[in-house]
Amino acid sequence: MHPEREAKLHDYVQLMGFAPGGWGRDMLAATGLTVAIAACGFLTSVLLGALGAAALLSHLSILRAAGRLYTTVLRGIPDLLVIYLFYFGSSQLLALLSGGSGGFVGAPSFLTGVLAIGVVAGAYQAQIFRGAVQALSRGEIEAARAYGMSPVTLFRRIVLPQAVRHAIPGSGNIWQLVLKESALISVIGLVELMRQAQIGAGSTRQPFSFFLTAAALYLVITFLSGIAFRSLEARATRGIRKAV
Amino acid sequence: MIDTSFLASSLATLVKGIPLTVQLSMISVSVGAILAFGLALMRVSGNAALDLSARAYIFVYRGTPLLVQIYIIYYGLSQFPALRHSFAWPYLREAYWCAVIALALNTAAYSAEIIRGGILSVNAGQVEAARACGMSQALMFRRIVLPQALRHMLPAYGNEVILMIKSTALASTITLMDVTGIAAKLVSESYRPIEVFTMAGAIYLLLTFIASHGFSLFEHAVTPDRRQPAPHRPAEPPETLQHG
Repeated sequence: MHPEREAKLHDYVQLMGFAPGGWGRDMLAATGLTVAIAACGFLTSVLLGALGAAALLSHLSILRAAGRLYTTVLRGIPDLLVIYLFYFGSSQLLALLSGGSGGFVGAPSFLTGVLAIGVVAGAYQAQIFRGAVQALSRGEIEAARAYGMSPVTLFRRIVLPQAVRHAIPGSGNIWQLVLKESALISVIGLVELMRQAQIGAGSTRQPFSFFLTAAALYLVITFLSGIAFRSLEARATRGIRKAV
Repeated sequence: MIDTSFLASSLATLVKGIPLTVQLSMISVSVGAILAFGLALMRVSGNAALDLSARAYIFVYRGTPLLVQIYIIYYGLSQFPALRHSFAWPYLREAYWCAVIALALNTAAYSAEIIRGGILSVNAGQVEAARACGMSQALMFRRIVLPQALRHMLPAYGNEVILMIKSTALASTITLMDVTGIAAKLVSESYRPIEVFTMAGAIYLLLTFIASHGFSLFEHAVTPDRRQPAPHRPAEPPETLQHG
């Protein structure tokens, strides 16, 4: 290798290393926080998505309209704006509640960030769950009713196992979306991977090295979780005959 | 309770950001579409080297957050003195061009897979028939494959364009004054985040609504074959058969 390049590579390894003065430990800890945000945001989106899908499939027209309003609005505005609204909006509300004279009350950034990305992803998730339920065969539901299953048993034994199977590929995409969106939470100051990279870039004046490292770490997570979701899908469909 | 004059004045300020938001979306979507077309051709070319490099590009761009991509281009590239002294620097120094480049490169990766899906969805029998008629590769692509591929990919591509309109909000993180940028500035001046961000959200909702409506009108216009034929109305009621 060219000596100059070798020196550059050596500098980079030092910079991202785990020895004193290296940023490796900080970057890895921030990666852990990113995964934690994404996992909590994803769980929130599953809960909200289930509620949203129940509303979309409801017999009551007012619930259907509410479900449509939720999925249309949250899928039509930028996620960054939702994060800003949740963070600054809840600070505004906290300031009002504390009866203060307008001083800034910082909202907890982890909680607001997780809620914001969970609410956005929940809108996408609701449509995926709705499609998964609608893909069920009508005959099976009629057969379950004819057997005298109560709606709860019918849902638990017939609808849920199949709907989960149909929803896995779509939910895998939502997981990737949530993971990438977690980077936006850096704008409200939470030190996850993106923010940590900004801090490192600012204090060492080596922005490219830090942002490229962050990109590589995101790529590793999306790659590994892609494998996980594919094997989950293979497991869930192991009893299904494939046409192609 | 609701201060309508504040809402009206902030709406009037926010509207000034619409041209930049629309401009960023249009330029990056157009440039991205050209790049995506090239990538899709590389993917279906049958040449292993071209296919692999397009795959790698798409994998990296879809696996990392857009914010990291924007920061690498805007902040990261300044780390290289050689680049700082090159002809490209006057452009790469500008937040506007960095945003356009980052958005275009990002949408190219997603759109390429949509275009590839459209190309692959064309009926193999038609391609064989075109070959049997003696069409050259280019003529067949232009007359048979492309027109049908475009129709098949329209719904997915419409979604991608809407995602891009929302993604332009990230340009505000590198100092651009689009709708989100103006909203953040207004909030820091007035400290009324709920009102301002809600108004900004309404503007994006309108933009994405127009885009999705435009795409469905366009899809309707180019797919006359999918429409229900006009019901046949005979001038006189048909005679009913008399029994017995």
